[in-house]
Amino acid sequence: MPALLRRFLPVLILLALVVALPFLLKSAYQLRVATLVFTAGLTAIGLNILMGQAGQVSLGHAGFGGIGAYAVAILPTHYGVHPLAAFLIGVTAAGLVAFVVGRPILRLRGHYLAVATLGMGILIAMVIQNQQALTGGPDGMQVPRMELFGWRVRGAETWYWICGAFLIAGAVLAVNLIDSPTGRALRAVHDSEVAARVLGIDVARAKLTAFTISAVYAATGGALLAFVNAFVTPDIAGFLHSVELVTMVVLGGLGSVVGAVVGAAILVVLPQVLTVFHEYEHLAIGLIMIGVMIFMRAGVVPTLIGLVRGRSA
Amino acid sequence: MSTVPILELDGISIAFGGLKALSNVCFRVEKGEIFSVIGPNGAGKTTLFNIVSGVYRPQSGSVKLAGTTVTGEPPNRLAARGLSRSFQNLQIFARMSAAENVMVGRHLKESRNVAAHLLGLGGRDNRASRARAMELLALIGLEGEADTPAGALPYGAAKRLEIARALATEPSLLLLDEPAAGCNPVETGEIEEVIRRIAAMGVTVVLVEHDMKLVMRISDRIHVLNYGETLAEGRPQDIRTHPKVVEAYLGRHGAREAAHA
Repeated sequence: MPALLRRFLPVLILLALVVALPFLLKSAYQLRVATLVFTAGLTAIGLNILMGQAGQVSLGHAGFGGIGAYAVAILPTHYGVHPLAAFLIGVTAAGLVAFVVGRPILRLRGHYLAVATLGMGILIAMVIQNQQALTGGPDGMQVPRMELFGWRVRGAETWYWICGAFLIAGAVLAVNLIDSPTGRALRAVHDSEVAARVLGIDVARAKLTAFTISAVYAATGGALLAFVNAFVTPDIAGFLHSVELVTMVVLGGLGSVVGAVVGAAILVVLPQVLTVFHEYEHLAIGLIMIGVMIFMRAGVVPTLIGLVRGRSA
Repeated sequence: MSTVPILELDGISIAFGGLKALSNVCFRVEKGEIFSVIGPNGAGKTTLFNIVSGVYRPQSGSVKLAGTTVTGEPPNRLAARGLSRSFQNLQIFARMSAAENVMVGRHLKESRNVAAHLLGLGGRDNRASRARAMELLALIGLEGEADTPAGALPYGAAKRLEIARALATEPSLLLLDEPAAGCNPVETGEIEEVIRRIAAMGVTVVLVEHDMKLVMRISDRIHVLNYGETLAEGRPQDIRTHPKVVEAYLGRHGAREAAHA
């Protein structure tokens, strides 16, 4: 069935990537970098539901990642909660925060929404910074090891497969959503709010749905990152990281599931590769990003798809 | 007078800043009619549509839908009550395919269980909506363009697509805001055909339109606005010769054009 194949093509591509990479990557370090790409990619897939599908921006999504990450750090450390339970609590809490905060701020549009989400993200980061007794403040804190039925989850390879599985699951949910009544409603809101309303769509509810889902993705990505690093600092919730997340989505291609992961890969891998440039590293990253946006305006993946289609047509 | 009118406007007034866009507009539309609202540019026609469809709230007056007062209800609530509309300036979902545009119109008929949609359980709704969308695309002659991005459709086709999308909500009352604006005579003829088919399906149509030939041919009754006030109302043959209308709007040329319709 070609329609079904087209729908799940992004998932198949990511699945092939996750399965093939361990054969290509030689060191545990490289495997770790790939794992970081998966956690960031998961967050970017979620943010892309908000930005690419529903057409709403968030400059505070790292805050949700911070909630997930600190939940798996604080709850087991200070309250003896099982890491798996802490993970679920963190993800749920991020979803609830998004639901409650999203209600008033998603009334805003464009720049106003950007500034409001920015404030929300900064607020979360400030709470993490200032609650020193709980979070260790700016120095961060250790994340206790996950233990499942006596099995201590550790090692680069183990976390690689866990994060890879989460990435695939996240991609499956996202492509399902895009092609569902909810997904169509989100895309309708993106293209014309007034037409969406006239057709019976509760625009505020649609935006809130996208915002909450994307927050849950971000918290899941954040919690996984915390487990992988076994350490967490307030940077994970910071403004700079929020901007990185938005950059991943735009660079990879708004609305593209594979694009979100490609964007994440660019932003995670590039700094590692470009360390050979030493002090010019940031300059090189900046130039590459500007170049991509000038020459691939729709984002890397949609532009490449367009090129391939243009050739074959 | 035994039946309840499907749409009843009573004393509708709205002003933007100091400008009175509409003052004390009243009319009733009976079920099954094609009812046209005409008037010169700036007469308040689109504003009237925005009030009826819940985009604006009138400062005074009431809107009744099939006997129920709905003044100020949001558009999505009105859609559930059986009111839908098209837009003067195209408001298609340009990044979605033609079929998907129409499928969005089925929103209220579909499940809204987000969790099920994430898990890929929206298949039945997808199939039902797709099937209905294909029927409606056939109605407007776009069944061959189902998977074309709506933004790539020619202007006249996009105009018809908006009508099909509005029809997907299964409205009892359809407001069409200048469906033939910017269309060439062939496209206008296609739009006219579509409107007639819609009316034959039992849907009441309220039309705002500048193409006088089209309006005169197709309308059961016509309501004329001028500077936000009612100038006249009646059957096409009455409006065509109405002295005030001729003076204010049709002019000598327009009267001649309308007479030839």
